[in-house]
Amino acid sequence: MVVNADLPPPAAADSAGFTNFIALYRRPIAIFGLVALACLLPFLVSDFRTFQLTLALAYMMALLGLNLVTGYNGQFSLGHGAFFAVGAYATAVMMDRWGVPYYLTIVPAGFITLIVGFLVGLPASRLEGLYLALATFGLALSMPPILKKFEGLTGGVQGIVLIKPDPPFGLPLSADQWLYFFTLAILLVLFWLAWNLLRGRTGRSIVAIRDHHVAAEAMGVNTTLNKALIFGVSGFFTGVGGAVFAIAIQFVAPDSFTLFLSITLLVGSVVGGIASLSGAIYGGVFIVFIPNFANDISQAAPWAIYGIFLIAFMYLMPNGIAGFISLAWRWIGRILLTRT
Amino acid sequence: MRAKHFLTVGALALGMTMAAGAAQSAEYGPGASDTEIKIGNTNPYSGPASAYGTIGNVISAYFDKINKEQGGINGRKINFVTLDDSYSPPKTVEQVRRLVEQEKVLFLFQTLGTPPNTAIHKYMNAKKVPQLFVATGATKWGDPENFPWTMGWQPNYQTEASIYVKWMLENVPDAKIGILYQNDDYGKDYLKGIHDGLGDKAGLIVLEQSYEVADPTVDSQIVNLKNSGANVFFNITTPKFAAQAIKKVADIGWQPVHFLNNVSVSVGAVLTPAGLDNSKGIISTLYAKDPTDPTFADDPAMKRWREFMAEYYPKGNLASSFNVYGYGVAQTLVQVLRQAGDVLTRENIMKQAANLQDLEIDTLLPGITISTSATDFRPIEAMQLTKFDGTTWVPFGPIISAPGS
Repeated sequence: MVVNADLPPPAAADSAGFTNFIALYRRPIAIFGLVALACLLPFLVSDFRTFQLTLALAYMMALLGLNLVTGYNGQFSLGHGAFFAVGAYATAVMMDRWGVPYYLTIVPAGFITLIVGFLVGLPASRLEGLYLALATFGLALSMPPILKKFEGLTGGVQGIVLIKPDPPFGLPLSADQWLYFFTLAILLVLFWLAWNLLRGRTGRSIVAIRDHHVAAEAMGVNTTLNKALIFGVSGFFTGVGGAVFAIAIQFVAPDSFTLFLSITLLVGSVVGGIASLSGAIYGGVFIVFIPNFANDISQAAPWAIYGIFLIAFMYLMPNGIAGFISLAWRWIGRILLTRT
Repeated sequence: MRAKHFLTVGALALGMTMAAGAAQSAEYGPGASDTEIKIGNTNPYSGPASAYGTIGNVISAYFDKINKEQGGINGRKINFVTLDDSYSPPKTVEQVRRLVEQEKVLFLFQTLGTPPNTAIHKYMNAKKVPQLFVATGATKWGDPENFPWTMGWQPNYQTEASIYVKWMLENVPDAKIGILYQNDDYGKDYLKGIHDGLGDKAGLIVLEQSYEVADPTVDSQIVNLKNSGANVFFNITTPKFAAQAIKKVADIGWQPVHFLNNVSVSVGAVLTPAGLDNSKGIISTLYAKDPTDPTFADDPAMKRWREFMAEYYPKGNLASSFNVYGYGVAQTLVQVLRQAGDVLTRENIMKQAANLQDLEIDTLLPGITISTSATDFRPIEAMQLTKFDGTTWVPFGPIISAPGS
C-alpha cells in the first residue's frame, strides 16, 4: 500500500481499495475461508467421508508435530508412528481401563507423549542426520513388540476396543459429525500453539539450530536442551493426533502402529511441505485420500499408482504442496497489487 | 352408508391385492436386487501378511465360476467387492465402513485376520450387518449371544486343543504334560482349550513354557520341558518356532508323545527344515484335504477343485492350502445364499447361515460336514487326527468332534 499509495486514480478508488484490501488481508481471509469450509464439509458429505476427514485431521496433528521437529528444527524422525501409538494407547487405556471420559484423555495423552518425546530427544540430540533417522527408525520398529509385551495394560495383540462418543447436549449431529468438530477444534488450538511457538524467541532458536547449530550455540542457545524440548513438543502434537485417531477408529492394536505408519507420516509431511505449518493440512489429506484414490484407479497395483503420484508430486512441487501454494500466493498478491 | 361400505371393501380388496403382490416379489436388504447380490470383503493384498491375499483371489474366482456357469444364485449375480486392508486394523475399519456405508453391501464375508476382525466386531454388530465366516481361528467368533451378527468358519483353536486332549486321555496312560505356547491371544486360546479339555485332570500338566514372537529360539524352554519329566508335549507354536522345537526335541533325545498344532502342519515350511526324520511320529489334526496328499489324487471333489483352479484361477498355486480353504468357504456361502432364496435381507442371511445342516463341502475331509444353529455359530467342529510318517501326513482314527458340540 505504501509503495502504491500515489498510484490509484481517484475514479477507481472503490474497486482499487477492495482489491488492495484483498491483497493485503489475503492470508486471514484464506484462513477464515478454510475454517468456514472445514465447518461446512460434514454437512455436505456422507458420514463415511466425514469419518475419513476426521482421520485426516488426526494425521494433520501428527504432521504438525513432525514438521516442527524435522522441518523447523532439522532433526530427522522416522519414529513418529511410535509417538502416535503412545498417544493412541494412552487414550485407549484411560478410556477402557479407568473409565475416563474421552474428552478428558486428550491432554493427558499429549503430555505422556511429550515426556516420551523428551526422553527420546535427550540422547537423540547428540545424533545427527542419518544416525538420528536410524535411531528413531529403531523406535518405530520396536513399538509393536513393546505394546504386545505389556499385555495387562495394552490388551496385547488383541488390542483395546473403544466405544464411539455420542454428541453431547442433544446436538443434532451424527456421532461422526460430532467427532469431526471435536477434532477440528483441537486441531485449531494446536495450529495456534505451533504458530505462537514459532513466532517468538523459541521459534528463532529452533530454526537457528537447524540452520547452523554451532552459530546458534555461540549466540547462547542451549542446543541440547532445545533439541530435546522440541522433540517433546513434537511428541505432544503427535500424541494428541494419536489420541483422536484412537477415538475415531474405536480400536487400538499393535498392528495398527507398524513401521509403515512412521514412513507414511514422513511422506505426508514432505509432500505437504515439511518446513511449513500449512503443509500439515495438505499432508493429512494426502495420507488419507491418495491411497484410496490409487486403489480406485487400479485394484491390481495400487501401490504403483501411489508411487507415481509421489514422484509426480515431488517432481512438480519440490517444496511440497505448501511451497507451491505460497508461490502461487505471492504471484496472486503481486497481480492484485500491480493492478491497483 | 352403503357407498362408504363399498369404499371400505374396495380399499380392503386393493390393500390385499397389493399385499399379495408384495409377498410374491422378493424382499431385499441393502445391496440386493433382482439382478445382483453385493458382498463386501477385506483381504491383505499388500503388506506383511499378503501371502493370505490368495484367499481373496480364489474366492473371487469361485464367484466368477458361479456367475458364469449358473448365472449366479437364484438368478442373481454375485458382485464380490474385495478391498485391500494390508492387515492394518485402522485400514480395515476404514474399508469396512466404505463397504457398508458407501458401497452398501448386503453383508461382509471372510474378512481376514484376528486383529482386523476385532477392530470391526462391535461396529458390525451395532450396525446389524452380518460378518460371515471370518478368516481366523480365534474362539471368540462363535458367540451368538453377545455378537449375533458374527460367525467364524474353521475349527477354532480351543476345539482343536480339546480334540488332542480327548485322544490323549484315552490313549496315553500316566500322561505328564508339558506345554510350549506362543505368548499371545492365539497361544492362550489353545492353552484354554487344553485346560478346559482336561477339566479336573489339569494336574496332569507338569510344566507350561511360553515364548515371545520376538524371541530368537525356544531351545531353553524345550530343555526345561524335558527336565520336568513330561512324556506328552503340546507344541503350540507358529511355523518358525515349530521347526526349532521339533529339531531341539530330537537333538536332546526327548521322546514324548508330540502334538503339533494345525497352524504348523506344513511339510515344506516346518517339517522339512526341522528334519523329516525328527518329525516322524508327530500327531496333529486336519479338517480339509491336503492338496498334495496322493490319497486324494483321484478324489472327484478334489478333481473339481483342480479343474476350477485351472480354468478360473490359473495363477493360483496348486500346492497351497489357502486355495483349498478359499474354495471351501466360498462353497459354504453359496449354500447360504441358495437357502436365503428371494428373501435377501441381512436378518435372513444371518438366519440361514445359522441354519446349515450336515452340509458337505468338496474340500473337507470325508465325514466332516458343516452344521450350525441359532445357538451354534461354529460351522466346522470336527477334525481328524493325523500322524507324520516321515514323508507325509497319514490320517488315522475316526473323525473326532469337539467334546460338547
